[in-house]
Amino acid sequence: MSLLAGNAFAADSIPASLTGAKGDPARGRAIVANRQVGLCLLCHSGPFPEERFQGNLAPDLTSVGARYSEGQIRQRMVDSRKVNPQTIMPAYYESEGFVRVAPAYRGKTILSAEQIEDVVAYLATLR
Amino acid sequence: MSLRTALLFAASLLCARAGAGEIPPSERRSGYDLMSRETRAMQDDDATNPGMLWVLDGETLWNRKAGAADRACSDCHGDARESMKAVAARYPAFDAALGRPVNLEQRINMCRSKRQKAPPLAFESRELLALAAYVARQSRGLPINITIDARTRPFLEAGREAFFRRQGQLNLACAQCHDDHWSGKLAGSPITQAHPTGYPLYRLEWQGLGSLERRLRGCLTGVRAESYPYGAPELVNLELYLMWRANGMRMETPAVRP
Repeated sequence: MSLLAGNAFAADSIPASLTGAKGDPARGRAIVANRQVGLCLLCHSGPFPEERFQGNLAPDLTSVGARYSEGQIRQRMVDSRKVNPQTIMPAYYESEGFVRVAPAYRGKTILSAEQIEDVVAYLATLR
Repeated sequence: MSLRTALLFAASLLCARAGAGEIPPSERRSGYDLMSRETRAMQDDDATNPGMLWVLDGETLWNRKAGAADRACSDCHGDARESMKAVAARYPAFDAALGRPVNLEQRINMCRSKRQKAPPLAFESRELLALAAYVARQSRGLPINITIDARTRPFLEAGREAFFRRQGQLNLACAQCHDDHWSGKLAGSPITQAHPTGYPLYRLEWQGLGSLERRLRGCLTGVRAESYPYGAPELVNLELYLMWRANGMRMETPAVRP
């Protein structure tokens, strides 16, 4: 466990960037809105007036940046099960431990580290 | 017996009778109830229900001689409106020779090879869907009626286990959507409780008729799980579990779905 994460809420937050760099909010928004890439709007809704079909299985993303720090958002993207083991949210930066993964996705994460940082940077702007 | 014990006992009886007990019988709803008025109207009227085109084709095939035996379905089974009544409502059903349950499409193909001496029809082919739709049409309005005995129980349990197993890159179990979030919307569309009351059915998204296995494979692809080939025992087990879970609900074949 890193020194930064060395507190009682370690599993609630990943304070350090996965790439060591800051993500790009504009690219992050495109990932969130894309149903084939981010998949976010299948379950979430958010400030995307151009996207007619959005889900209601998960919290609205409109003020997520006010509710959570960047580190907390990063943890929920990387592996939300660390926060809630029963969650239906996929772990976006985990490639092992899954059952019967289709060959095209085997051993791969849903998003790359760069993509996750882009999404984190974008969601942090939603206040 | 205290009142509380009596109530618990009564509740357990109810659960046992209902089957799974994951969704109480009083809260079970067909996908029909969750779709738009327009789509319901399309299903309700045989003149607008596109699935009826397959049913009519199926009637023709039922009466057409096929195979080396030069025999039609009707030569053995007579009028399907009588002989096939309520049959689809109890499929998948156990086949003693194979020692496992088979679905309606598989049963039709077994009849073709054994009795008609004809090659099997391909899964999802227009002919097989038409015959299945014609046979299942004779159960429309009748309750789904899957009986489980010692021979079929292991297959039911395997299907149930698959329903509750998280799988694929998205790591989701069928139950997480269809039991826990059936009233929610996935990308704007109702999730539904996954009761297979109307297969084969016409799906607007498919622009055609499709089987329950096609639908199951679609869901598996959606969670980025490895799919199964048509007719795989794993799919039939899941079909058996879903039909059993819908016991008592009315058949709608050919249903229409968005």
